[in-house]
Amino acid sequence: MELAFSSEEIVFRDEIRAFIAEKLPESARKNGGRWPHWSKEDVVTWQRILNEKGWAVPHWPVEYGGTNWTAVQRYIFIEELLRTPTPEPLSFNVNMVGPVICTFGNDEQKKYFLPKLRNLDIWFCQGFSEPGAGSDLASLKTSAVKDGDEYVVNGQKIWTSQAHNADWIFALVRTNPNAAKPQMGISFLLIDMKSEGVTVRGIETIDESRHVNEVFFDNVRVPVSNIVGEENKGWDYAKFLLGNERTGIARVGLSRERLGRAKKLAAKLPSFNGPLADDPQFKRKCATVEMQLKSLEITIMRIIDRQRRRNDSAPDPATSMLKLRGAEIQQTTAELLADVAGPMVAPTGQIRAAYEGDFPAELEETLGIIPHYFNSRAATIYGGSNEIQRNIISKGILGL
Amino acid sequence: MRSNVISYLKVFWGFKMDFELSNEQQLLKDSVSRLIADNYDLQKRGAIIKSADGYSKTVWKQLADLGLLGLSFSSNYGGFDGGPVEQMIVLEAFGTGLLIEPYLATIVLSGTAIQSAADENKKSELLSAISNGDHLMAFAHSERLSRYQLSQVETRAQLKNGNWILNGEKTTVLHGGIADTIIVTARTKGSDRSTDGISLFLVPAKTKGITVNSYPTIDGMQAADIKLSNVSVPQNALLGECDKGFLIIENIEQHGIAAVAAESVGAMQCVLDMTVDYLKTRTQFGRPIGDFQVLQHRAADMYVAVEEARSIAIYAAMMTTEKDTEKRRHAMATTKAQIGVSCREVGQGGVQLHGGIGITEEYAIGHYFKRLSMIERQFGDVEHHMTTLSMMDSPD
Ligand SMILES: Cc1cc2nc3c(=O)[nH]c(=O)nc-3n(C[C@H](O)[C@H](O)[C@H](O)COP(=O)(O)OP(=O)(O)OC[C@H]3O[C@@H](n4cnc5c(N)ncnc54)[C@H](O)[C@@H]3O)c2cc1C
Ligand SMILES: Cc1cc2nc3c(=O)[nH]c(=O)nc-3n(C[C@H](O)[C@H](O)[C@H](O)COP(=O)(O)OP(=O)(O)OC[C@H]3O[C@@H](n4cnc5c(N)ncnc54)[C@H](O)[C@@H]3O)c2cc1C
Repeated sequence: MELAFSSEEIVFRDEIRAFIAEKLPESARKNGGRWPHWSKEDVVTWQRILNEKGWAVPHWPVEYGGTNWTAVQRYIFIEELLRTPTPEPLSFNVNMVGPVICTFGNDEQKKYFLPKLRNLDIWFCQGFSEPGAGSDLASLKTSAVKDGDEYVVNGQKIWTSQAHNADWIFALVRTNPNAAKPQMGISFLLIDMKSEGVTVRGIETIDESRHVNEVFFDNVRVPVSNIVGEENKGWDYAKFLLGNERTGIARVGLSRERLGRAKKLAAKLPSFNGPLADDPQFKRKCATVEMQLKSLEITIMRIIDRQRRRNDSAPDPATSMLKLRGAEIQQTTAELLADVAGPMVAPTGQIRAAYEGDFPAELEETLGIIPHYFNSRAATIYGGSNEIQRNIISKGILGL
Repeated sequence: MRSNVISYLKVFWGFKMDFELSNEQQLLKDSVSRLIADNYDLQKRGAIIKSADGYSKTVWKQLADLGLLGLSFSSNYGGFDGGPVEQMIVLEAFGTGLLIEPYLATIVLSGTAIQSAADENKKSELLSAISNGDHLMAFAHSERLSRYQLSQVETRAQLKNGNWILNGEKTTVLHGGIADTIIVTARTKGSDRSTDGISLFLVPAKTKGITVNSYPTIDGMQAADIKLSNVSVPQNALLGECDKGFLIIENIEQHGIAAVAAESVGAMQCVLDMTVDYLKTRTQFGRPIGDFQVLQHRAADMYVAVEEARSIAIYAAMMTTEKDTEKRRHAMATTKAQIGVSCREVGQGGVQLHGGIGITEEYAIGHYFKRLSMIERQFGDVEHHMTTLSMMDSPD
């Protein structure tokens, strides 16, 4: 048992920091503080830089391009990216579909997809949720009917993040409508977004951005070879994927980065006696978040370490705890930042145009704060809502 | 505290504890509600937001014709002598429709400034002009780094050759871009944070030296950053006593607090209603999600938060006319703190219980959430007012 980072780990961390400092492109550095932040190009460029270094998918098996890093090193790596901040390696590729293909895919799929996922030559999106199947994912209706060596896919997905940027979608589809349990008739299918019959419609969100979409399938023909693993076993793969998603979603570094920004801004703004940064109430709030982050951080490492030693693919209900607390703390820090900015959050991004090229640079910093806050409300909804995570903990761990 | 509130209510509602509205008040409530229901669905509101001025001249005219703009002004100046309860009724109705018209800026903030500080001539000129809808006003007080500190004023005014010369920058001035007259606060003496030495000025928006950068705000309203470079106004542009503007500003803010408190109650009630409705109709796992007790309890907490806000909004309405400054200060800080707490609980709860649809522009709940999030940060947030309260003696 060892809780402080060892000197080797500190060296490792410094190596990561130096690499980021040297290699992160100017555009990505600048856009990190803006809203909406990174462009597709920023994300792709950065992931390719990481991939060239062999760091795009540290948590994958070495044979597929991963590293031998320990749980702690993997954790240090991702946290360094988040706290800089840099774009994150595309989660759909590296945390979701990648590990599923590594674990359940056939050799051809591994050979074709894994290198492209690492290098972001293919951008995947996640087609799970449907209008009638949100929390109750297993009730999904999008159907895939076998016709020769193709599936014919019909139905609709919703809330599909980044579908407008994606080349492929990994979708849960119903291949057996008559299964004994709805969970038993679902398959995990990879679909090329350029296929005929795929339509994407954007959904504007309250931060006045486009993150999510509806995706419609109208007689889309998909080769049978694009199914991952066995037909009607898709639910098991989805649960495996969701477990990984939950570990990755806690994003301690992101919360730390926001907390740092809140403190910096508070130093410039007045409270009753001196700057807000010196206000005891404010300092106490920051200390509370730091306490929560420390507990979460160590809990994450414990769970990652346990998974690694257990070395099987069965879902661990304890990952629900990480998602639950990670999402809540992300919201707390987004809220804290928005509270520090106070009335400065009022302008929409259209203020840039109002100044006709004369826009004061220091305002750019506060502009992203409220969209971030609005967007953070989704953190307790996506990836299984916090209510669902609590259900999983009370059933799966406490036996209630 | 309880006996205190009751005594105010007694005075106000004719010596008895009576939360029922009078017939006239009910009539007022019905007619405003009808106006909002007929004119303000989300789609129309969206179109108004996108229009050049960011408000609807038609709706503004309707409000004027119904007598709502001059409602709380004295009949000596063309108003209707309405009291704080009438004002509360109107604003609550505005909250249900998420009205984005310049009512807060023109009627509540500027109207209060004029009522409490202008001479008879200006009162009769300006109050009747804003009541009949012909004239728009804005209150330009906050500055980039003032946050919630009301006495933080760096904009300067100097008397030169019989004219006031104003220099400085005001930020997020509500509806500053469409105002005909802007009330500008400026320092006439003292250091940047002193309460002594602040004065108010009536400045026609077209005056030379004023640059207005106007933009939509996150809640669909409009605000402007206003730069003043050697803006010259005559000596009689001074509103109220020179150097003694702080109390006026505080009074303006207090009326603002009472107004957004009432507005937020209307908005929160809508969020609660929509959410309860959604819990009954959205099904997952083969049953309405309202069957899940955890959601029932969250809705129950939202209900309690709305009722607390409603009570405190009534309290605020009563206390706007309290003569004792300290008592009024305490009451308004209490009000805004409670309103902030309720706005957050109801706004965030409404979004959460709607799931994904709660964060979309297409659906109403997100728009209410955004307005409630803005109200939280208008005229001081929870922390600000809690700190104020912790530095005061409780009057109870
Ligand atoms: C920004 C964003 C991005 C997303 N990205 C993706 C994506 O890329 N791919 C994808 O497939 N999906 C995505 N989603 C969808 C997300 O996973 C769903 O929104 C989520 O599963 C909730 O489903 P729902 O929105 O239908 O809400 P509902 O399931 O209808 O839930 C409504 C409310 O009821 C509660 N509830 C439901 N069931 C229960 C229960 N049994 N007990 C207690 N409470 C319950 C929920 O917690 C919620 O508060 C995204 C969502 C958002 C908001
Ligand atoms: C100090 C004290 C004084 C009392 N005085 C009186 C008295 O004068 N007269 C009298 O008749 N009784 C009295 N009671 C009893 C009191 O009414 C019961 O304790 C109470 O109804 C709870 O019942 P229980 O203790 O059996 O707990 P349980 O009903 O077994 O409850 C255990 C827990 O489960 C929760 N729970 C139970 N049902 C639900 C549900 N449907 N949904 C969600 N949560 C649920 C409860 O909130 C509680 O947390 C008194 C109790 C106390 C502690």
